[in-house]
Amino acid sequence: MEQVLRSILDNNLFVYVVMALVPLVWIVPYALFAVWVERKVSAHMQDRLGPMRTGGWHGWAQTIADILKLIQKEDIVPAAADKKLHLAAPFIVFVGSYAAFAAIPFSSAFVGSNVNIGLFYIIAVSSIVVVGLLMAGWSSNNKWSLLGAMRSAAQIVSYEIPTAIALLAVVMLAGTLNLQDINQQQAGWFWHWYIFRKFPFVFVAFIIYFVASLAETNRTPFDIPEAESELVAGYHTEYSGMKFAIFFLAEYANMFAVSAIASTLFLGGWNSPFGEFMGGPVWGAFWFLTKGMFFVVVQMWLRWTLPRLRVDQLMYVSWKVLTPWAFACILGVGAWMMF
Amino acid sequence: MTEYFKNIFQSVWTILVGMWVTARHLFTPAVTIQYPDVRLKLPERARNRLYVNMDDCIGCFQCDMACPVDCISIETVKSLPTEDLGTTSTGQKKKLWVTKFDIDIAKCCYCALCVYPCPTECIKMTDVYEFAEYDRTNLIYNYVTLTPPEITDVKKRAAEFEKEQAAKKAAAAAAAAQAKAAAAAAAPPNPPPKQGPTPAQPPPTAPVPPKQNS
Repeated sequence: MEQVLRSILDNNLFVYVVMALVPLVWIVPYALFAVWVERKVSAHMQDRLGPMRTGGWHGWAQTIADILKLIQKEDIVPAAADKKLHLAAPFIVFVGSYAAFAAIPFSSAFVGSNVNIGLFYIIAVSSIVVVGLLMAGWSSNNKWSLLGAMRSAAQIVSYEIPTAIALLAVVMLAGTLNLQDINQQQAGWFWHWYIFRKFPFVFVAFIIYFVASLAETNRTPFDIPEAESELVAGYHTEYSGMKFAIFFLAEYANMFAVSAIASTLFLGGWNSPFGEFMGGPVWGAFWFLTKGMFFVVVQMWLRWTLPRLRVDQLMYVSWKVLTPWAFACILGVGAWMMF
Repeated sequence: MTEYFKNIFQSVWTILVGMWVTARHLFTPAVTIQYPDVRLKLPERARNRLYVNMDDCIGCFQCDMACPVDCISIETVKSLPTEDLGTTSTGQKKKLWVTKFDIDIAKCCYCALCVYPCPTECIKMTDVYEFAEYDRTNLIYNYVTLTPPEITDVKKRAAEFEKEQAAKKAAAAAAAAQAKAAAAAAAPPNPPPKQGPTPAQPPPTAPVPPKQNS
């Protein structure tokens, strides 16, 4: 795709801008759609209907109406807030989650940046989100915001460890951090996917990654940073209008990013499950987005199933369960590869 | 150590059970009734907006008297003997012009106590329950079928008739008094009625002592 763009645009800067905007073209409609899906899924899980009126068919235009409302809303900044940090925080959060998309291969023909340390880059850059959340909580000058931000920081920092270790199991198998290469190694039928190799070690690593990624995206049951029953809304309590919308967009972008990483590393990414059938770059994008959306829906499913964890339970899960089990997975994979 | 593994197994198992439950509910038909489009059938004896069929009203004030919150106000005017107001659907003869029949539905407490005493069953509860208004005065329902000029006309005629009757009565009374006076001239006058002693005033109550703070 980069070569094609180069031949058309004949200007490096334009090529980079277009390449950088391609994931956004997916993320914004996806976020609108996913918010609507989340409301419908939550409603139907509770035997309700959810939005039904806006736009006619099952309220499909509800989130479009919502975003129009958010655009028109007054941007309220608390008088005692740190104005600069308050303004910058939502953008930093979004940059953190959007930057991860630079190294995620959407298809065999499109990856923002085909770097050799892709996975390492993603894990590193998604930590910027914590900085943004802390900034938001601190600058709001609100105790709920600060409590939420601190919880969020503690949570994300703790859960990065099992996340990274679980991903290392796949990295050991693949022998590379380049996500495009990892994808190519899983080509063929679905039993070539890493999740089915070295069973059950990689499978357990996948479960550990998925659970830890829920915590990293602040999704239920790990949503204590924005626990609405205790902290109003956590770090974005004092945000309104478009700044709030950007936090929301960042959350959904993050959900898709972790789902995309899960599907890339464990479920073959843009590979078709049926060998060469429905292969190729365009079908590749289809398979990749389908797998990503599947995990997004699973995240929603979990959200509307499980209640919120307590802080001590959260730390227990991270340090006493996920981390040792992730180490066990690496050991298992390593031992299997040696003998 | 067994406790640790048991906990992990239990949490994974219960999460799976929970996900199974929510997945099943995802495909259960929703219980929501989409109200303005779909409406539940009201129970047979539901009490909502009052309705008065003025064709059957005989102006008997039974509903007005039964109303615990005084939301019904009625005014009637006697009809002339020459006028025929017809009969109600239950066969009762109507004798009064009902010149005012207002129900302030904002005050109504939907007790239906006005419905039961009505002899002609003309006031009843309907199944209409959407009658919100922007102005409170719009909630005073006016059921009278007569137009305002008709009402003034009816009242004028009744007043004239009354006057006529009063004049007739006065004439009759005068005639009677005359006859009586003629008779009284022959008989001795009655003694004045004996007056009893006026009852003593009750003693004024003692002033209440100021309340002490406890």
